[in-house]
Amino acid sequence: MNEEGFQAGGDRFPPTRRSVIEAVRSIDAEERECALESLCAAYWKPVYKFIRLRWKRSAEEAQDLTQGFFVEVLERELLEKFDPAKARLRTYLRVCVDSFVSNEDKAGRRQKRGGNISHVALDFAAAEQELGGMVMDPAAIPSPESLEEFFEKEWLRSLFGIAVEELRQFCATRERERTFRLFEAYDLEGNESISYEQLSKEYGISVTDVTNALAWARREFRRIALEHLRELCGSEEEFLREARAAFGKDVK
Amino acid sequence: MKFLSDRALERLRDSAEVPDLTGTRYRLLERVARGGMGVIYLAEDEQLQRRVALKVLDLPEADGDLADRLFREARVLARLEHPGIVPVHDVGTLTDGRVYYTMKFVQGQRLDTHIESMASVADRLRIFLRICDPVAFAHAHGVLHRDLKPANIMIGPFGEVLVMDWGLAKILPKEGAQKSQLSDPEATIFEKPGQAAVSKGLQGAPIATGHGTIMGTPGYMSPEQARGDIERLDVRSDVFSLGALLRFVLTPDSIAGASPTKHRLDKAVEAICLKAAAPNPEDRYNNVQDLALDVARYLDGLAVGAHRETFLEKGARFYRRYRFFILLIAAYLAMRVAILFFLHR
Repeated sequence: MNEEGFQAGGDRFPPTRRSVIEAVRSIDAEERECALESLCAAYWKPVYKFIRLRWKRSAEEAQDLTQGFFVEVLERELLEKFDPAKARLRTYLRVCVDSFVSNEDKAGRRQKRGGNISHVALDFAAAEQELGGMVMDPAAIPSPESLEEFFEKEWLRSLFGIAVEELRQFCATRERERTFRLFEAYDLEGNESISYEQLSKEYGISVTDVTNALAWARREFRRIALEHLRELCGSEEEFLREARAAFGKDVK
Repeated sequence: MKFLSDRALERLRDSAEVPDLTGTRYRLLERVARGGMGVIYLAEDEQLQRRVALKVLDLPEADGDLADRLFREARVLARLEHPGIVPVHDVGTLTDGRVYYTMKFVQGQRLDTHIESMASVADRLRIFLRICDPVAFAHAHGVLHRDLKPANIMIGPFGEVLVMDWGLAKILPKEGAQKSQLSDPEATIFEKPGQAAVSKGLQGAPIATGHGTIMGTPGYMSPEQARGDIERLDVRSDVFSLGALLRFVLTPDSIAGASPTKHRLDKAVEAICLKAAAPNPEDRYNNVQDLALDVARYLDGLAVGAHRETFLEKGARFYRRYRFFILLIAAYLAMRVAILFFLHR
């Protein structure tokens, strides 16, 4: 399969993909809804886990609050109030979550929500499984100081998870399933001892082919992740800052 | 959606650093390690069909003067042809603007691992002397290492000692190679430009807090280097690191620069460590050769310059050095006394 259409190192975000911040201000209702869905897809898991740990809520309460939060973002037009010059979107949202849960407590409100974000599949059972024993084990609950770090890490996990999923689909459309399996085996499984030689034997291909396939998959993963990241940032400056935080180096 | 473990996250983050070697003669094989200045990969030189270590520096953009300086100084480093210095083969720029260089791929053991298998103090000191050789050679060619530590010393499969990672190396002005003052404090090989402050402060972890400030490793970094006083850096800064390294070689379980009372060493060798790693550069050995000479004298059982001996210590050293002859003469005298005793009975 050729790789035409993809420039080496061409990871600058394509200008056609709009930021959710711009999209929620659109007069087009469909575009606004799409923007919220993108935001929800990237943030629901970090928000859910954050509520579970920071606010020590039961799984059911946290599910309700998570859905309620995104409804509130839409209804109260919280994204329109966001100023990229003052804070990062992620920090702003985390503060909004705190404020939302706190207000919910004061008002004593409890209601089932979620109708407006039904297009995003919120797999709470999976999120709960990922949390594992953290909620039950008090020693494993992050300290208040590290909760922000925890939120950031979960956000990164969510962003990369979306990018990996999209890469899987992209590979399928390009008939590069084997490439994805190599990428999965080497970069996602967390097996420290695996080598290119082992993969080449397992798949009956040369080490050069393994090298090339992994290079391609990583480049595409990075491109996809950066596209999503750009979408979730309010400005080019924030995007560059976030890209550095996510990938540990400057993105050009 | 598949759950990504912390390890997978790290791996994906690292994958962003994977260099695109399009347009170079190298093919990437595997990531080997991350150093203070960048990531080291195992690569294959497709023209010469040999494996090389490829180091990609954390330089997002190398342009103009900075790039010129990097290349110029990399060439100087490449000229350091010594069996104890890992040779630089090539230097270039990647498509994303990062600078890379390739060097000999060394397989062996790090000093900190290797030293555990060496029981004899004499053997350890001999290893130390072999570390001093390439450092002295580099100094003679006007290059400071600035990051000498156990992790940067490799012992090859045939016992060869190699000083690695010259990423923080600094070029001295020609006439000033052995002088205490430098006129070009910015002449640094592969220095990180304008990097955000990073200060891990861990033993063995490199510190880089921005351009021209603090670079090196706590415990092995001279006080003037730790202060970022780069104008005062000269060969004695590496002498300090060698002093810390000498203490490590003799007491590997110790923390470099630790209190001498914690680990009892022979007074003479303790004095050598203290003199080499003296806080004030003026109190240290003037150069690596002087330090190596003192260590060699200690190995030969001779008096060392760093320690003024008492009469008893002189006697003890004399005894240690000529123990065989002294015991032989003593045995001979004892035998003569015994014979005389029996003859006069």
